[in-house]
Amino acid sequence: MPDTDNSDRLERKRGREAWRVRAFTIGPAAAMLILLTLLPLGLMVYISLQERDWSGSVIWGNYSFEAYIRFIFERKLDDSLQLNADYVRIFARSFWLSLLTTGLSLLVGFPTALFIATRPPRWRATLVFLTTVPFWTNLLVRNYAWILLLRDTGPINAGLQELGVIDEPLAMLYTNFAVSVGLTYSFLPFMVLPIYAAMEKMDFRLVEASFDLYATRLQTLWQVMIPAAWPGIIAGCILVFVPCLGSYVTPALLGGGKSMMVGNLIGLQFGAARNWPFGAALGFALLTLILLSMLFYVFKVRPEENR
Amino acid sequence: MAIGARTHPGDPRHWPGLVFMAISFFAYVYLPIAILIGLSFNENEQATIWTGFSLDWYVKALHNDDMINSAKNSLIIATIASLLSTSLATLAATRMAFDRFRGQTAVGALIALPLTLPEIVTAVATLMLFSLIGLPLGLTSVILAHTVFCIPFAYLPIKAQLDRFDPKLMEAAGDLYSKPIQTFFFVTLPLLAPGIMSGAVLAFIISLDDFVTTFFVGGAGSTTLPIYIFGLIRVGVSPEVNAISTVMLIISIAMVSLSLLLNRGQERGDD
Amino acid sequence: MGTDISISARNVIKDFGSFRALDDISLEIHKNEFFTLLGPSGCGKTTLLRLIAGFEVPTRGHIELSGQDITNVPPFRRPVNTVFQSYALFPHLTCAQNIGFGLARLGRGKSEIDEVVRRMLKLVKLEELASRKPHQLSGGQQQRVALARALAPAPELLLLDEPLSALDQKLRKGMQIELKRLQRETGVTFIFVTHDQEEALTMSDRIGVMSDGLLQQVGTPREIYNHPANRFVADFIGESNFLAAGVGDTAGEYTAVALDCGYRHRVPASRQLQPGDSVVAAIRPESLVLTDSGAEDSIAATVTDAIYFGTDTHCHVELDNREALVIRLQNARVDRVDLNPGSRVGVRFDPDAIQVLGD
Repeated sequence: MPDTDNSDRLERKRGREAWRVRAFTIGPAAAMLILLTLLPLGLMVYISLQERDWSGSVIWGNYSFEAYIRFIFERKLDDSLQLNADYVRIFARSFWLSLLTTGLSLLVGFPTALFIATRPPRWRATLVFLTTVPFWTNLLVRNYAWILLLRDTGPINAGLQELGVIDEPLAMLYTNFAVSVGLTYSFLPFMVLPIYAAMEKMDFRLVEASFDLYATRLQTLWQVMIPAAWPGIIAGCILVFVPCLGSYVTPALLGGGKSMMVGNLIGLQFGAARNWPFGAALGFALLTLILLSMLFYVFKVRPEENR
Repeated sequence: MAIGARTHPGDPRHWPGLVFMAISFFAYVYLPIAILIGLSFNENEQATIWTGFSLDWYVKALHNDDMINSAKNSLIIATIASLLSTSLATLAATRMAFDRFRGQTAVGALIALPLTLPEIVTAVATLMLFSLIGLPLGLTSVILAHTVFCIPFAYLPIKAQLDRFDPKLMEAAGDLYSKPIQTFFFVTLPLLAPGIMSGAVLAFIISLDDFVTTFFVGGAGSTTLPIYIFGLIRVGVSPEVNAISTVMLIISIAMVSLSLLLNRGQERGDD
Repeated sequence: MGTDISISARNVIKDFGSFRALDDISLEIHKNEFFTLLGPSGCGKTTLLRLIAGFEVPTRGHIELSGQDITNVPPFRRPVNTVFQSYALFPHLTCAQNIGFGLARLGRGKSEIDEVVRRMLKLVKLEELASRKPHQLSGGQQQRVALARALAPAPELLLLDEPLSALDQKLRKGMQIELKRLQRETGVTFIFVTHDQEEALTMSDRIGVMSDGLLQQVGTPREIYNHPANRFVADFIGESNFLAAGVGDTAGEYTAVALDCGYRHRVPASRQLQPGDSVVAAIRPESLVLTDSGAEDSIAATVTDAIYFGTDTHCHVELDNREALVIRLQNARVDRVDLNPGSRVGVRFDPDAIQVLGD
């Protein structure tokens, strides 16, 4: 019998079969994601380079950077440009609020993660569960709770007035303060969990060894624990900062019209303000900002890991 | 104590401030919700001073036709989106776990993509796409949009379950005269069932709770519960909102517990 | 028609990318035989087993089962069953369901399946554990369920991939006896894969020794042990001393082989041995005898070490030409030879126990 070489023919046949199965199993999910995530994003970028018509939607084919110019300039009736800082302010506010939220979350989240990691193993699962539960409840509802608390006739103001600390209710709602409280509230679990995950894997004997070598608590914290938890810290920062930048619900409910963030600004272009190209441009800008932030965090980790 | 004893700062377990911070954390997280729930039972409309226990607001909410309708929509959308996304995720995950091909990492990133993008951006981009192709905004558009971002949520628990899956089991089944389809139904699917159910429950909650996408991609007849609540909140604080919110909270927590239980039960069940 | 042959591999080559796992393997295994594939890790024995099972396809060559070419037949169409090293029991099914799995997929009726399952459970002595799930069983019990599951569909061939490696020593010995008994009772051809040469020697009808993707030798345990075909087999199976030697002239039926240490050996004349060839003489430690130095028929040596092992003593000597030998002495037989390091002794060779191998 001739020595049949199975390799080439069979390999190719099996290769084709494999791709057929992949198309049937992975194909549908991948297709949906491409058609309803990637495609819309591409369309958005394309629309950002179009002109706006009178009703706010798109005039196809007339390419223009008008939408991007609108970021910092306002076009007057006589076609001249005037500097307009409104939108820049909104971007700046979003950036700083997100940074602030990340910082606060880190401040509160790190000790909490450490606390959970140093409890007996049986407690840890329950504590982690308790930490994650809020994440799954409705964001609207959680922010609404803060409206209840922060409003003029809310319990905080009522309590402060009872104690005589203030005479008039504090206007806490619809301020940057309210938005940052709400944002911290919404994203705190995202900081605790990654740090906890990193700490759980840490060998606490290193801490003991550090004390053995006459280190103080602060030194131990700085030199031993934080480096060990560093990947978790970075992950937590990204998980808080990025969604914060693009948040919509919290600034809408707690910021009112006065404390707008980028998300609200984008939404406005598809609602009352009706300017689709501008909205698309803003969306693209937000995406870019997020990508840059992630790259920044990621590249900041590398040098730290070699400590 | 040994000669040359030094002060030992001690076990991190007992560091000062740690317990305090942790308590503050949990208080900060749960107190507002607790107050919300508490106030929903408040007899008084003012909702600041407690005047008495009452279920009035729940009754009122139940008789609110708009609320009932939006709840119905929410359930329909969540059920369909969850079923679709879980099926798609199951098919994809089972293949991805036991296969190796060029571009596989890219596919993995694609599946995770909705989790990384800000929802406002995907929502308006989807709106623009739908309007371009002329898809009317209503239940269908919302279901489509929800299905897409539910896929990664369904995918995660299924993949976690697959990581615990011994591929030799599929070889063993084939060795024992089981054709590939039979292997899928008699071995793979039963062993994956907890992960699949967990994924379905997760997808369901995510869809139920969604606001931003639904807001932009939905039409007049597709008001969901979160949209309805948002509308009410805009008008002002009302105990009725408290009641509805509390109900939503309880549903979410119940479903999350269910999903986690399904996952944990499996970890103790096999191997 | 080759009705005596159960399975054969002909010129099988298996490549994984640029790595050649099996290099032109040809092998015939007889019906009702307990055949063992023996070799170190990475030698290709498991790969060959997987080719027979159908989990992989040969890059070149053929595999035939009872005369039929099954090279490209998928596993679920081969009347071949496997006992996996990790058992691979279905965790969501009971033992009974595991055992009956193959028959169920073949579409047999419930009563037939129940009957076979009952018989199998009895065979492996696990009747009371029928309704338990795998995770409720010990390692040894799981292994027996895996065995029963593979035997239940009455395959023509049973493949066992190092099934005893996870068991402790005592259990292992017990299972070796069990497996041998099962093979004889059921009459199914067994192909057993292991890296443990003692296991192979005690259980097998025939052994195929493998290394680096090649079949080094196929034979009965006795043949392999007493007449290793090459240096690898001599070294891998049991212990061997290797002494340098040169081929001399042929006189009549015999060819002279002169060991460098001075011993004159002769072997039946063979075309493979040409005068002047360098060869290696493989000698088992237990075939050597220690005498007083100067005794007749002995080669002089100096003791370098003697290690006491309870039942025997391993004596290390250095021959006058600097080659080293290990001699195994039974302690029950009292020898008057002085085993202190440095003392002079004589080594007596047994001509029947010297194996001349190519270098």
